[in-house]
Parts: sequence; structure tokens; C-alpha cells
Amino acid sequence: MLSIKNLTVSIENKQILKGLNLEINKGEVHAIMGPNGTGKSTLANIIAGKNIYTIEEGTIDYMGKNLMEMEVDERANEGIFLSFQYPVEIPGVSMVNFMRTAINEQRQYHGKDPLSAAEFLQKMEEKKKLVEIHSKLTNRSVNEGFSGGEKKKNEIFQMAMLEPALAILDETDSGLDIDALRVVANGVNKLRNENNAFIVITHYQRLLDYIIPDFVHVLFEGKIVKSGGKELALELEQKGYEWLNQPSK
Amino acid sequence: MGKENQQEEILQHVTQNEYKYGFVTDVEMEIAPVGLNEDTVRYISTKKNEPEWLLAFRLNAFRKWETMKMPTWAHLDIPPIDYQAISYYAAPKNLPKYSSLEEVDPELLKTFDKLGISLEEQKRLAGVAVDAVFDSVSVKTTFQETLKKHGIIFCSFSDAVQEYPDLVQKYMGSVVPPHDNFFAALNSAVFSDGSFCYIPRGVRCPIELSTYFRINTANTGQFERTLIVADEESYVSYMEGCTAPQRDENQLHAAIVEIIVMKDAEVKYSTVQNWYPGNKEGNGGIYNFVTKRGICKGNNAKLSWTQVETGSAKTWKYPSCILLGDNTIGEFYSVAVTNNYQQADTGSKMIHLGKNTKSTIISKGISAGHSDNSYRGLVKMVKKAANARNYSQCDSLLLGDKCGAHTFPYIKTENQTSMVEHEATTSKISEDQLFYCNQRGISTESAIGLIVNGYAKEVLNKLPMEFAIEAQKLLSISLEGSVG
Repeated sequence: MLSIKNLTVSIENKQILKGLNLEINKGEVHAIMGPNGTGKSTLANIIAGKNIYTIEEGTIDYMGKNLMEMEVDERANEGIFLSFQYPVEIPGVSMVNFMRTAINEQRQYHGKDPLSAAEFLQKMEEKKKLVEIHSKLTNRSVNEGFSGGEKKKNEIFQMAMLEPALAILDETDSGLDIDALRVVANGVNKLRNENNAFIVITHYQRLLDYIIPDFVHVLFEGKIVKSGGKELALELEQKGYEWLNQPSK
Repeated sequence: MGKENQQEEILQHVTQNEYKYGFVTDVEMEIAPVGLNEDTVRYISTKKNEPEWLLAFRLNAFRKWETMKMPTWAHLDIPPIDYQAISYYAAPKNLPKYSSLEEVDPELLKTFDKLGISLEEQKRLAGVAVDAVFDSVSVKTTFQETLKKHGIIFCSFSDAVQEYPDLVQKYMGSVVPPHDNFFAALNSAVFSDGSFCYIPRGVRCPIELSTYFRINTANTGQFERTLIVADEESYVSYMEGCTAPQRDENQLHAAIVEIIVMKDAEVKYSTVQNWYPGNKEGNGGIYNFVTKRGICKGNNAKLSWTQVETGSAKTWKYPSCILLGDNTIGEFYSVAVTNNYQQADTGSKMIHLGKNTKSTIISKGISAGHSDNSYRGLVKMVKKAANARNYSQCDSLLLGDKCGAHTFPYIKTENQTSMVEHEATTSKISEDQLFYCNQRGISTESAIGLIVNGYAKEVLNKLPMEFAIEAQKLLSISLEGSVG
């Protein structure tokens, strides 16, 4: 589904990713861990198409297409979803209106008719139940005045609505209390199936108690320095990131 | 590199779309000789078969106008206007009064269809009585029967002069006197037609009243005049909408709207203005120099102005409320969009004369391209206006970095018990907001439309339902590029 080869990326002449490789197949959940400032969010932003980086080297292939040649909205309509670490507020734009626009633009992209108001509302009710979101959130403006936890839940709700092929969760667990964490994890678990894939970016092993990954990668100084199964997360938790200094050299 | 340039490119692209309503209707016109002198004024008055007092009113205004100079205090860059190069009267020739739509010139109907405001559609969908002003002479009036039942008068200004001369004479010029300002004097001298509305005592007008203005003949200034009188305990919601076909020459528009609100009465006046703003290089477009003012004459009267301004090359417009009665309320809600090389200097005046008077000003400016958008407002509370209150909020939204937004608030209070609050913000559509929308599959054009409509929501919510939808579309059309 996603194949990243030798990805080298810089911003303002500072290299952040230095020859990163990653293969993701459908049905898989990949966790990417690593200390602050190692390029985890950069990787998420690059896949989503944020245009503030210079790609020096490398390729990203997504379902047989060159991802680098696609616009941000095109990538989204081809099934890439980013759950933002810091979702922005859009004052005055209701969640309902925002989501309806997003869904219908996606449908238009795939040559489908827009959803009627009734169909849309029904879909929204379903998904709200699925991710345990209270109706009040969707009546408000996009992220406006939402607490940290509400913003993250709202990201998961949008993911449920848009049904992406590849979802990237950028530190969705940061700043969440245990209940919100459970809601987020449950949402992901209910949505994962053999046709989609997830990249879960996190600092802590904690989230991975709820979302069991198929693979764990350690991103350190712009490279994936270690990959393994879910037990790697536990090992990291015990030993900290310090021990990576040795194998990486 | 990269990001900023691209952002700039996208913004440029989406903010530079052509005016979609630029077309000219092919109808034979009768046009006054070019130029302005006493003979022109007499010509117009004679054409319209006006009574002596009205000719005197016009001539008095003309003589005042001759001594006045065009105001230059606005934050507008207006090239000199040759008032002698304009024709001051145009009427479609041989125009009978129609009793049904079938009798109307199909060319005219087509024009309305292109604008999406066909009378038929309006009649069917909205239940709106439409007094369509095609250039200067009223073409079609509907729903007269319904209105008549309630004793409501809603007709063209010319008809009102013929049929209700006493009412017109009593109120015309009582809120905006002929010598009020340069453009008001000009209008008072040469006004061609417009609308007149009278709501009798205790009557709640059951339908939204609406007028569509349209400028059509090249080189013809249009000088509309609207007079609305709401008698005691009455209510009316009045909607005015404008579009104009594309022209290379600048067209001057200097209208007057006067509103009189009696004791315990309420008037809501809503405008969606979409006149040709000129092309991307800033050539052509309408000059919109309008004097709109209402008076809350009796106690507990309420007047509310709501405007969505997307058109015109230059806008000079300050819908105002004179709060004369005690406990009267004045409101002004405005969204003004400027794009390309448009310039707008608009805002409101709230003059508090009575006790416990209240006013609210919510102004939302949106600037894009190379445009300049200014809010100018006056809040005045005289000594007698004990416990007067005003709340003003002036927000500016900038798209791109070549446009300008300015705020000129004037506050004068002459008593200790009044309270004035003023808030102002300036913001930009952030790249993070656009990226967020894009990441959800929403194109940049749609995203800007969403964000702008969200920003203007507070004002759009004040519009009557069917008008709000039109206004939302207009906001998107004014700022978006080609779809798909």
C-alpha cells in the first residue's frame, strides 16, 4: 500500500529525515516510536503532503502512484487521513457543514452523487455511536473551544466518517486522560480491517496496550533504527531510548 | 521556498474569477441628453409627469449640489468624475404595465433568469413580492393584492408620487435632506425611480418585500430613491438585491434610502449588493455612493440594517440610525468583501438622541487581491441620551498580503451615563486551516468559501432565509475561482 524508500527531507537546510525506509501493507497497524525531534511528525506531514519541506532524495509510492506528485486534497480523496497532533480551530464553520463538505468532495472525486441531508445525518449518527462521541461536539464549530481530549476524539470521529485506506495518528494519545485514550483506541480498533492500514505515532507504550500493533518501528535521528513486533514497545518502555544510541552508531 | 509561493498562487487563483453576471440585455432604451443642468432636471420631471412641488424639490437640490464639492475624506481613490458626461435618465421604451409575467419582454425575463432571481422563481419559492427595477422604470410588481388587503402600499416611487403625493411629500427628504451631502443632493435633483413602502398602523407585513436593482445602459447614472414609512406598531422586513452587467466605463450610482420608524414599529432592511466590481486589473466597475439613513421617531422603535457587499469598484456607504425616541434600538450588521482592485469605505452611524437608546454594530470586512477595505463608523450620544448603550465589533479578514484593512471608529459621548464598547480584530486565513481542510479532501477553493462563510456567519444569520443562501453563494463566488 505504502512504500517509502530512502526518504531524505530537510527544512531550512536542516536534515530531519535521513534515508528512511518503510513498507506498509493493507491490514497492518504500524507503530512508530521515538524521542522528541526525531522526525515522527515530519514523516506524518510528508505523507499528508504538507508543503514546507524540501525532499532531497527518495520516493513514496502509494497504491502504485507517486505520492509526491499528488496535491494534499487529492491524497486525502485517495484515502490518506491524518489525525492531527494539534487540530486547528475554524471559527463559525459547524462540524456538520465541514464534514458534509469533506464527504461530498470525496464522493465527487470518485464520481459519486453527493449524500442527501438525511443520508448524511444518518451516517453521522452511526459513526458517532461507533466512536462514542456525544452529539454536542458535532453541533459546534470545528474544534472551536474543544478541550484537548475533545479535539482528539473529533479527529477519530472524522476518520470514522471518511473511512480512509491509510490513517496516520500523529501523537493522538498525547495529553489524553485514560478515558479519552480508551475512546480513541476503541475507535481505531473498530475501524481497522483487512483492507486498511494504520500508522500510529506515539511517544509512549501506553497507547499500544489498547491498539495492538503488528509492527513497531523506532525512529531515531531521522532513520528507522529498529523494527520488531509489539514486544519491541515494551522493551523500549523498560530501557528508554538511550540504549538506541549504541545500535544506531 | 515552495510553500509560501504556492499559497500565494492558490490565493491569487481563487480570488481572481471573472464576474459571472456580466451581460447586457438588448432592450430599446429612451435616454436623456448627456449632461446636467436645470433643463435636465426639468426634462426628468416632465417625463415623469411630476407635480410642481417635486420639481421645486429637485431644482432646490440641484442648486445646492452646484455649490457642493465631492467629499474626499473617505479612504478611496476616486478619479475625477465628469458629471456632464453622464446621461441622467433612461427608460425602456414603450413600456406598458404588466398584469402577468407572460406579457413581459422575454429578454428581460432571461436577464433575471441568468441572475437566478426570476420573478417566477421568487413568486413560487419564496413568497416574495418583487418590485423589479430595470434601470429606471419599474417593470413588474407582484403580490399587490395580498398587500392591498393589509392596507400596505408597496409600489415604484413614480407611482407613489402620482397616487400618494401627500405621503411622499410629507416624508421625502425628512431623514436625508437634499443638501445632506454631495451625492444626496445629486440624487435629489435627478432621481429617476425607486420604491415606496408604507405600512399602516398595527400591521405586520406578512411577506418579505424585495426590490432588485439593475444598471443596464452604458453611461447612465442610476439614481434610485427608496422611502419606507412604518407607522406605529407595524413591522416590515425589506430586502434589496443588486447585480449589474459588465461594462468597461465606470457607472455612477448614488442612491438614497430613507426609513421612518414610528412608535413601537420595527423595520428590518437587508441588502445583498453584487454590482460589477471591475475586472482583475481594476478597470470598470460600479461606483456606489449611497446615503442610507433611518430614523426611529417614536419610543421603542427599532431599525436594523443588514448588508452583504461583494460588488462595486468603489463603495461609499454608511447606513445609519437616528435614535430619536426613548428606548429605540438601532442595529447594523455588515459583511463587505473586496477583491482585485476594489475599494470600500463603509460602516454606520448611530446617533443617540433619546434616553435608554441602544445600538449594535457588527462589521466583518474581508479583503483579497489588491483591494482596500475600510470600516468607518460614528457613535454619537448627546447629553439628553441618558443610559445610551453601544456595542461595536469590527473584524477584518485578510486573504493574501497585498490587500488592506482599515478601521476608523469615531465615538462622541456627551453624557456620563452612556456606555460604549468597541472591539476590533484582524486575522488571516491561516495556512494551517487550509492544510487541515485540504487533508480532509476539501479543495482550497471550497475551504476558503467555508472559512469565509464561517467568519461572516454572525451577519449572514441576520438575513432572511432565502437571502442568506444567496448571500452565501455570493461570498463564495466573489472569492472562489472556477469550479472543478
